[in-house]
This record gives sequence, C-alpha cells and structure tokens, in this order.
Amino acid sequence: MPTEHIVRSYDDELRRLRDMVARMGGLAERQVADATRALVRRDTDLATEVVSRDAQIDALEREVEAFCIRLLALRQPVAQDLRVIVAAMKASNDLERIGDYARNAAKRAIVLASLPALGSLNGFERMAHLVQENLKAAMDAFVNSDAGAARRVWEADEPVDAIYNGIFRELLTFMMEDPRNITAATHMLFIAKNLERIGDHTTNIAERIHYAVMGDSLPDDRPKADESAFAVVRPAGG
Amino acid sequence: MSITTENGATAEAAGQSFGGVQARSSVALNAPRIAIRGLDFFYGDNRALKSIDFDIPDRQVTGMIGPSGCGKSTLLRVLNRMYSLYAGQRATGEVMMDGENIIAPDADLNALRARIGMVFQKPTPFPMTIYENIAFGVRLHEKLSKSQMDERVEWALARAAIWDEVKDRLDSSALGLSGGQQQRLCIARTIAVRPEVILFDEPTSALDPISTLKIEELIDELKRDFTIVIVTHNMQQAARCADQVAFFYLGELIEVAPAAQMFTAPRHPKTQEYITGRFG
Repeated sequence: MPTEHIVRSYDDELRRLRDMVARMGGLAERQVADATRALVRRDTDLATEVVSRDAQIDALEREVEAFCIRLLALRQPVAQDLRVIVAAMKASNDLERIGDYARNAAKRAIVLASLPALGSLNGFERMAHLVQENLKAAMDAFVNSDAGAARRVWEADEPVDAIYNGIFRELLTFMMEDPRNITAATHMLFIAKNLERIGDHTTNIAERIHYAVMGDSLPDDRPKADESAFAVVRPAGG
Repeated sequence: MSITTENGATAEAAGQSFGGVQARSSVALNAPRIAIRGLDFFYGDNRALKSIDFDIPDRQVTGMIGPSGCGKSTLLRVLNRMYSLYAGQRATGEVMMDGENIIAPDADLNALRARIGMVFQKPTPFPMTIYENIAFGVRLHEKLSKSQMDERVEWALARAAIWDEVKDRLDSSALGLSGGQQQRLCIARTIAVRPEVILFDEPTSALDPISTLKIEELIDELKRDFTIVIVTHNMQQAARCADQVAFFYLGELIEVAPAAQMFTAPRHPKTQEYITGRFG
C-alpha cells in the first residue's frame, strides 16, 4: 500500500508482524535444508540439532498468534490490514506444520543413518531444493505484498509432486526386490511424503498472501501431480 | 425456493449456495426503495455532489461514510429536501421514490417529510412534556382521537425502546431525560408519524458508548419496518449497523458495496486508504 497510516505506531506493528512471520519462514527453510542435509550426509548430529530447534518455530507461532490477537483487539483492522493480519496468523500455522515435518524427517534421518544406504538420494535433494525455493519465494511475496509472486509459488508445486511420484515408485521397487529393504524404504517414503506436504503448506501460504493482497481467493483447483494415491504394484509372476 | 418433502415438511435449503462469491457478501441487498440517478447539488456555485448514482435498498440500513466535506450530510439533506429552506441551494437529477422524483419542484414537501423522517446529531427534544413531544408531530399530519393518540404515543415510545423508562412520567418535561433517552425520544417522535424512510445524521456522536449501543440495537430493530440511511463518522458503527455502505469523497460517490465486502475487500484504493485510517 502506498501511503502510511495516520497513526504511525500501527504501521510499526504491522511491519513487526511481517518481520515475525518472515523470521519464522527463514527458520522453517533452514530446518528443511538441514534435515535433508542430515539425511544425505548421514549426519546424526545435525539431525539432532534440527529436532531440538523445532521448539523455536513453535514459540514463534505462539508469539505471532498473540500479537495478531492483540492487533485485532486494539486496532480493529479492516480491509487490507485485516487480511494481512489473518494471513499472518494462518501462514504461521502452516509454517509451524512445516517445522514439524522437517523435525520428523530429521528423526527418520537418524534411524536411516544406522541402516544400510538404499539407492540414490538425488530425488530427495531436488525435492528439498524445490520446496525451499518455493518457501523462500512465498516469504518474499509476503514481505513485499506481491500477489503475482504468490501466484507463481502456488503454481510451482507441480514438479515437487512429480519427484515424489518417482521416489514412491523407486522405493516400492526396492521393497519388492528384498524385504530387508522395507524398514529403510518406509522411513524414506515418509521423508518424501513430509517434503511433499511441506510443498502443499507452502502453496497454502501463497494462497493466504494472494488473498491478503488482492482480497479474492485463488481458484479451488491448484495444479497437482501427486498420483501415488492411485499407484498399484503387481509382483512379477503374481 | 421451497420444496415440500414426502413427510410434508418444507425445506428452504434447496438452491442456497454456501461457497465462493455468494458467501462472501453474505447479506443480499433488497430491491431499491430510493433510486438516485445523476444527482448534482449546488451551494451557490459550489458543486457539492457530483453525478451521484446509487440505490438505497428497502428495509435495510445504508451507511454513508467519508471525511468531512465529502457530501454525505449534503445527500441526507437532499433526501428530505431540507435544502429547499435555503435560497441558492439546488439539486438536479433524479431521486426516485415510488415512481416520483422527490427533488422535482412540484413535489409535496409536507407529504415528503412525513414519509422521510430525520434524526439529528444532537438530541432535539421540544421544551414540552414527553407525551407532547410525540403528539406534536403526529397532529401536523393526522387527526386522531385522544385514545388513538395515546395508543400512537405508546406505540412510538415502545418502538424506540424507551417506553418502560418514561411510561410513568409522560407529563414531565422531555428536557429532564438523559442524552441517550432524549435521542431515543427523538427517534420515537420521528417514527410516530409512521414514515417509510428514516435518516440518521450521526445519531450517536453526542452519546456515551452504552447509549450508542442501545441506538444501534434500535436501528437494527427498526429496519424490519423502515428503510434507514445513516451518516456516521464512526466506521466501526457503519460496519456494525449497515447492510450497505457508501463511501463519499470530495462530492463523489467513490464506492458502494455490501458492508462485509466494504470492510474486508473494498475495490477502490481510495476507500481502502480511508477505512484503514491512512487519510481523512
């Protein structure tokens, strides 16, 4: 918005809210990056760090919520101010979930480090990279009130789904080849699913930002490519 | 739409939509009671209203907001032709009510003022008894017997939610009432002549918060029977009371929309700036 509020402290508070959400976003990004790095490098120390750092995101979420409630009560916001505050509150919720998924991935990375390596982790790295990029772009869109950028984030989740499908099929094959792979493959499957969910929460955030800026919602049907729900595997000769 | 089911019950639900666009502006607006078209207003050479076009829905509350000097009070003065009392003030265009242009020179002003009542910013009780405050206006328009008048006074005071407070002192002076009571008395006086439209010009700006809420509750109650237009400087009040909100700026109607849309997602940047407190 071009002009400032007549009451300047209101602007300061809204800026502070954006900063808090951006800080949360930055922390969530780092958690996703470190969880993936811990997985790829079989680094249990880093994974443990990710698990313990999640409390910071949870604390920030509570802080954002309390601050939003305060703004609603004291400023009685309307129009774009109201939409931004509601978007911040909901986005902080999504970021908290993203943090939980990263922590869960890190926990599984600790287990996986004690099991024999299975296949290539390139897919995981690419997926993590994509969701991080999207998360970062979403946070930038929030800070800059950029609806166009939010829409691009919203549309960019499709490749994440595509990689997830590939990983899903690959891991099924490993499990069919040798049942001893099942423990590791299952953990990996969950990690892939976690990353895919992180991508979905990022698109939620993009939707909130679009609403905050434009005052209308993106369409219900987002471009999606997750087909794993329809996958069927028939053992050879079965 | 209503559908009769097998057991004879009537279901209203069919045909309702709960998603998307419809849900956002949850209150649908009624058919227009007053239709304003191409309205201009002049104080001498000064054009205070510029080609105003909008509809005032029947038996709903229309709130008019905008910074000082935006034209909202002027529009209210046009609607009951108060400006006709002053030389050099004139309105052109159409303000249609029941197929009649009420700003036409040949419109019957007395009949009009009985159909369109007005409540002002400061309570304006007459220096008479409470009873006479109500009966006075009724006598100008109707000949009623004593018992009919008693009934009408009670009805008006009850509709204005002040009957219980004054029924034991109808013969005391109205000037002894509190500010909030005086304002409700003025509302009773306005509805006593059974108008179709009630105009409120900042009706609560001189009242304390509790009296204000009582007036707002009363407005909500009155809209079942009356079409209401309220000018207010208090945007929260417009948000609380109005079904439709119109935003004026420098004599122009910038935006008119259902209240829910106006306060969540106004379309015009100027509206956005004003209601979020960025200018005014």
